[in-house]
Amino acid sequence: MKRSHKPIIWSLFAAGGTFTAFMIPVMILITGLGVPLGLLPAQTLDYESVLAFVQHPLTRIALFGTIFLTVWHAAHRLRITAHDFGIRADRVVATIFYGLAAITTLVALVVLALI
Amino acid sequence: MTPRRIEFEILRYDPDKMQKPEFQTYLVPCEEDWVVLDALNYIKDELDRTLSYRWSCHMAVCGSCSMMINGEPTLSCKSFVRDLPNQVCIEPLNNFPIERDLVVVLDDFLGKLNSVKPYLIPREKKSLEEGVYLQSPAQLKKFKQFTLCINCTLCYAACPQYAHDENFVGPAALALAHRYNLDSRDVGRTARQDVVASNLGIWECSFVGACSEVCPHGVDPAGAIQQAKIASTGDYFMDLILPGRKS
Ligand code: SF4
Ligand code: FES
Repeated sequence: MKRSHKPIIWSLFAAGGTFTAFMIPVMILITGLGVPLGLLPAQTLDYESVLAFVQHPLTRIALFGTIFLTVWHAAHRLRITAHDFGIRADRVVATIFYGLAAITTLVALVVLALI
Repeated sequence: MTPRRIEFEILRYDPDKMQKPEFQTYLVPCEEDWVVLDALNYIKDELDRTLSYRWSCHMAVCGSCSMMINGEPTLSCKSFVRDLPNQVCIEPLNNFPIERDLVVVLDDFLGKLNSVKPYLIPREKKSLEEGVYLQSPAQLKKFKQFTLCINCTLCYAACPQYAHDENFVGPAALALAHRYNLDSRDVGRTARQDVVASNLGIWECSFVGACSEVCPHGVDPAGAIQQAKIASTGDYFMDLILPGRKS
């Protein structure tokens, strides 16, 4: 049998899953608990401070990595979920979800470069 | 204690006499410490000698008594009647063709098992005089869990991917391939990868995990497949970077 090319997508899926599993709790801690409960200064999430934070070159790279891995993880997850729900038009499903992931990656790249 | 009367609804099928499988009901006085297999043996001995089913060890080691018990793939010798309601539905294992009554055709599974070369492929063959292939406890520990499979095929009955596409190599065979790949005495990984790393091998698995839930010996085939996916992804990119390398 021919060896599969699935490792390309799966590596993004696996890396994205692992990464977001660590990332999401931190985000919830900062945005959902830290600031609302007053554990962090209120201006942490001000437009100006967030903008300055995002404009730092390291943040841009980190954010791009986060968005890139997360959307490809989500795309592959949704493709599998569609399959598990009995939708067998795998090619169509894959094209739609991977297409959306590709567009999101591109938009993230442009926005983060220009911001 | 007086025996509890349990109604067993059993799917019967005789390809010579019946168009399609049909349920037949038997009322069985069950002792407290019985397993479902005991009830089937009671039916066979006392009520209906035509009932066919497989069993051998009665102690969850031979893997031959698998069937659907109230919709769950289960070893009938491990399923105590005290944990079951007064009505129990027994069917042959899901996802396999029925040979007769509760006996299913296992040819497909056996072929798949064979396809992953589930035996030691050593670097050099040793003669008997040269002795055994040595291995440390730490090396054994790496794959011991995956040696515990009893080929009961419950995992195939539980797997929605196998139900969808019978060409999927499936949980037990892939876990066994992984078992030999992890064995320090074995060098057969490359030979197994053609089947293991194909679209119908590990990559058909979407990690539903039902196989590991029903496995009576804690083999965790789903875990084995995920580990194999990581290793095969490494291979894939290494092959891209260094085409023609020896893995
Ligand atoms: S992996 Fe577990 S469920 Fe599957 S055949 Fe082996 S023992 Fe049975
Ligand atoms: S009879 Fe051997 S496993 Fe059940």
